[in-house]
Amino acid sequence: MNGAVGYPHVHSIRAFSALALFVSSGISARQMSNAELSILIIDENRIRATIIEDGLREAGHTHVAVIHDVNEVGRTIKETMPDVFVIDLENPKRDMLEHFFSLSRAIERPIAMFVDRSDGVMIEKAVAAGVSAYVVDGLKKERVKPIMDMAISRFNAFARLRRELEQARSELEDRKLIDQAKAIIMRTRGLSEADAYSLLRTTAMNQNRRMVDIAQSLITAADLLGP
Amino acid sequence: MTALTHITAGFLPLLDSVLLVLAREKGFAQAQGIELQLVRETSWANIRDRAAVGHFDIAQMLAPMPLAATLGLNPLAADMITPMVLGLGNNAITVSDDLWSAMREAGAPGNLDALGTGQALAKVVGASARKLRFGVVHQSSSHNYELRYWMAASGIRPDRDVEIVVLPPPLLPDALGSGGIDGYCVGEPWNSVGVATKGARIATVKAAIWRSSPDKVLGMRAAWAQDNPETLAALIRAMHFAAIWCGEPANHAEIADIMSAPAYLGQPAELVQRALDGRLDIGGGQIAAVPDFYVPFAHAANFPWQSHALWFYSQMVRWGEVGFSPALASRAAATFRPDLYRAALAPLGVALPADNARLEQTLPARSVDGLAMGPEGFFDDRNFDPSQLENYIESQRDLG
Repeated sequence: MNGAVGYPHVHSIRAFSALALFVSSGISARQMSNAELSILIIDENRIRATIIEDGLREAGHTHVAVIHDVNEVGRTIKETMPDVFVIDLENPKRDMLEHFFSLSRAIERPIAMFVDRSDGVMIEKAVAAGVSAYVVDGLKKERVKPIMDMAISRFNAFARLRRELEQARSELEDRKLIDQAKAIIMRTRGLSEADAYSLLRTTAMNQNRRMVDIAQSLITAADLLGP
Repeated sequence: MTALTHITAGFLPLLDSVLLVLAREKGFAQAQGIELQLVRETSWANIRDRAAVGHFDIAQMLAPMPLAATLGLNPLAADMITPMVLGLGNNAITVSDDLWSAMREAGAPGNLDALGTGQALAKVVGASARKLRFGVVHQSSSHNYELRYWMAASGIRPDRDVEIVVLPPPLLPDALGSGGIDGYCVGEPWNSVGVATKGARIATVKAAIWRSSPDKVLGMRAAWAQDNPETLAALIRAMHFAAIWCGEPANHAEIADIMSAPAYLGQPAELVQRALDGRLDIGGGQIAAVPDFYVPFAHAANFPWQSHALWFYSQMVRWGEVGFSPALASRAAATFRPDLYRAALAPLGVALPADNARLEQTLPARSVDGLAMGPEGFFDDRNFDPSQLENYIESQRDLG
């Protein structure tokens, strides 16, 4: 057995290589005073991470760091000593991060989930928006709340943007398919563009289907039947 | 026709989400008046949080998760319970090709035997210049406690001699392939994926470490169960019929096909079927027959034994996650609810265990209360008597 000795009890003997980097820190002077908070954003989505970072900077925070992979958290903690961690809930490595924090409990820098000590509405809002935060113990709830409020609203705005973008993209796709089907009808039936469009629309209405579905069927059929 | 009752369930891409999937896909839920919506999640933390805030009515959970939530080991403390187990077994311990070579040289038998394999690993760990690193899926998981139990009983002190890290199931094979970890304990199909894609070796299985033991449960807030007794009973019946259907070998090919879909496991059906059939490719093309590898229904697999909850509690105490007190022990035991399971199935007139807890001891297959029970017990033949909880915990202090 490779014998590590001298550990007082079972809590403190869990080891994780990256964690050892910030063992000595203890509670930072920052959180004791009114000085500025250090914030770490962990988000695999680079665009969203930037949006959150911008929001924090606009709100006057200057100690903001961003990482895209939880694996970097050990190194970043050493460099930036975060008081608040903001992480997206899509991140599959959230369990890893929590385990990492649970190990740190024994090492003088306890980190807890922020929503744990906030009100039910805040918890609900954060989970619904897809964001969570962890804070260094001893940090006042009032100091973190504006950060969470900002993160929640920006996560929601980002999700809305993504939905709209997705919708615009699918509308564009639909339009392309309809144009293609229209061209096939014009070529094979010798119709004008307006008449081809009207035929597509009437067929869709008669069959109680969407125009794009009719267009898709027509394109498939045309492909099968050849030129 | 009356309207269906809507239930939202969270799950992770693991084979033992199969009972939820079948309840939905094969109409067992609908037959009980339930519209079951399944939401795939990316982490156990999300399952826990979304169940706690009520986004999910129910969820596939790691068996110790309702205990951890109720005992306040989690952020977002919430009283959680389970009225039903989602099957026995399903986990394995998989190691890298390099580690396996070393274990082989140290005398590993290569037949999944937990004792001989553990002793070989202890020799390798003792001789290794660096700490070997093992991945588990969560701290509050049977994987974590089994791996530690197996190591400790083999002479390895898990907190000193090796490193145990947490990674989500789908990322474990890649972490092993890149050399980030040397081995992992996870549910299927992620052991078979490691074998198929990373040249890994299945060293031993949960069914060898602790025979007939639970892995995932149907978890939920205690308040939801209390507020929806009829819906819950209907759900348990739906899952009961799904479990019976899942246990039929004739259905395995169809089940593997359903589970292989991108929305569920997103892995080849052939690979998914290995665990269902209990015929594993354990590496290098060697096929091992493990008939009890995953038991979805037989051997009273779905019955939430309170002795299982207490064993998990004993291990939480053992590894310093929580203190011991009789009050905490009874809270832990009460998160497993055999009463709700019995009440739901009583109208069906099926055989049910009469006891809520049992001695976890080495026993062969036999019949109890009209039920065919599987072989039981721990690989090191140490028995767990839930009425002697404190003594049991004390007896493990010297083991690491």
